[in-house]
Amino acid sequence: MNTREPVSPQRRLSAAGARRRALLAGAGALAATQGLPALAQSQFNANELPPIPALNEYLAGRRVQFNRMQLEIPRVADNGNSVPVKLGVLGAAPGSVQSIHLFSEVNPVPRMAVFHFSPLAARYDIESRVRLAGTQRIVALATLTDGTLCVKVAEVVVSIAACLDGN
Amino acid sequence: MADARVQVPAQIKRGAPFEVKIAIRHAMETGYRVDDVGKPIKRNVIREFVCKYNGAEALRVDMSSGFAANPLLQFWLTAGDSGELVFEWLDDSGARGTERAAINVTA
Amino acid sequence: MKPARSASRLCQRLPALLLAALAGTAPAQQRVIPLTELKSGLAYTGEDVRALQGDDFANPGMLWVERGEKLWSTPAGAGGGQSCASCHQDAKASMKGVSTRYPAFDTAAGRLFNIEARINACRTDRQKAEALKPESEDLLALTAYINHQSQGLPIKVAIDGPARPYFERGRDFYYTKRGQMNMSCATCHEANFGKRLFAETISQGHPNAYPIYRLEWQTMGSLHRRMRSCLFGVRAELLPVGSPPLLDLELFLAWRAEGLKVETPGVRR
Repeated sequence: MNTREPVSPQRRLSAAGARRRALLAGAGALAATQGLPALAQSQFNANELPPIPALNEYLAGRRVQFNRMQLEIPRVADNGNSVPVKLGVLGAAPGSVQSIHLFSEVNPVPRMAVFHFSPLAARYDIESRVRLAGTQRIVALATLTDGTLCVKVAEVVVSIAACLDGN
Repeated sequence: MADARVQVPAQIKRGAPFEVKIAIRHAMETGYRVDDVGKPIKRNVIREFVCKYNGAEALRVDMSSGFAANPLLQFWLTAGDSGELVFEWLDDSGARGTERAAINVTA
Repeated sequence: MKPARSASRLCQRLPALLLAALAGTAPAQQRVIPLTELKSGLAYTGEDVRALQGDDFANPGMLWVERGEKLWSTPAGAGGGQSCASCHQDAKASMKGVSTRYPAFDTAAGRLFNIEARINACRTDRQKAEALKPESEDLLALTAYINHQSQGLPIKVAIDGPARPYFERGRDFYYTKRGQMNMSCATCHEANFGKRLFAETISQGHPNAYPIYRLEWQTMGSLHRRMRSCLFGVRAELLPVGSPPLLDLELFLAWRAEGLKVETPGVRR
């Protein structure tokens, strides 16, 4: 069936990656000449809200605090289809939090989730798993009953599966 | 078969916080995938999820395709009277799912 | 070849050959990865995947295990219908250790069975019900439920007697290069496990956690489905789930994984 001499898998990967590397090198050169900003990962600012229209619409010009909101999410996701996320509001007494929003910078649906709490909430810890359509920043936003808005921004690197599976 | 799994503590002290966990078997089809012949697969995700404790709304979640398939939710409630939690969800196709869990509160 | 030399070589080998002949088995199959160096795929995944598999509630595969538990007691087939439980009673007792011996040669059917084939043989022959379709939710659920009853138990399959031809075909398949990439299973899983392939680490390719919840599939899937993913990866012809070559390969993989503990339901990327 296969008569060619055996080629080591490393060489095969290099052949496949060479074109990709050439493309990236080209893109990098283009970026440099046009003065485009460097890749997000090297410049992540936790105190800066990413420009998400749905988020801005919700904020409607209100100011936000960058303390108290807790957002635990892996720095590098094993798979973008299912990323664990933990939300919480530090020191929030029962009855003090109205809702928690979760926004995505890159997903086709930017407003990922809204958790609406009731007086029956003992604490505002939520655990779930989300989908991330690529490397991006996520914003968790708690709306307190007194009107305060607490946010936390996290950046997640999302890698793709190794054997791109068409099955 | 409405496939969902729920976990609550067997016994809870009145007034104490307790964790509720629910896992629902639902593909949460995003609408962005295509099938073998390139035809788009219609979006069908759970949009609304409600947990009621003895009839009163305890937690409501607006969901989207941003949740992983077979969604998992873990949250905390305060124990009041014994009774039950009723979970209800509605997806894009109009299908409703429901699950229950008994709540056993001790003094 | 001088007669004296070959004669002395024969004399050296004769005791071993005699012993083998007396034992009635072929000389032992060599293992590329020694049994003491076997590692489950769990060792090659990320921390989050390991945590998810280890969490009995959050492990999404448990949704299928529990569905399987319900199906186990659900009557099926003609004449009122019998369930698995009608004959096998409590699966926790009757199915314990069963999956560690599969694939196995079924004397009545005269061919090799994996668990899926065994389930469908019971459904059609005993329950007089329709066979469950390959990769269907119900078949995955029942397979996961049955394999789950062997969780923590070591795999040990028989490759002698009637199983031997299947094993040899499976072994040959494993080492044959195929596809546009001209790679065999061994190319990745024996020559390069532990090394990176894009963002992942190549595992030794063991079958001990199947069926698995694969994050990439966003659902539960069988070992054969995973093999098809590999075939796709090397751009080889995709063989159908349940087809003889994949079943042969399944036996070879089970032999290769001897001693590894069953983990079903596994979670993988």
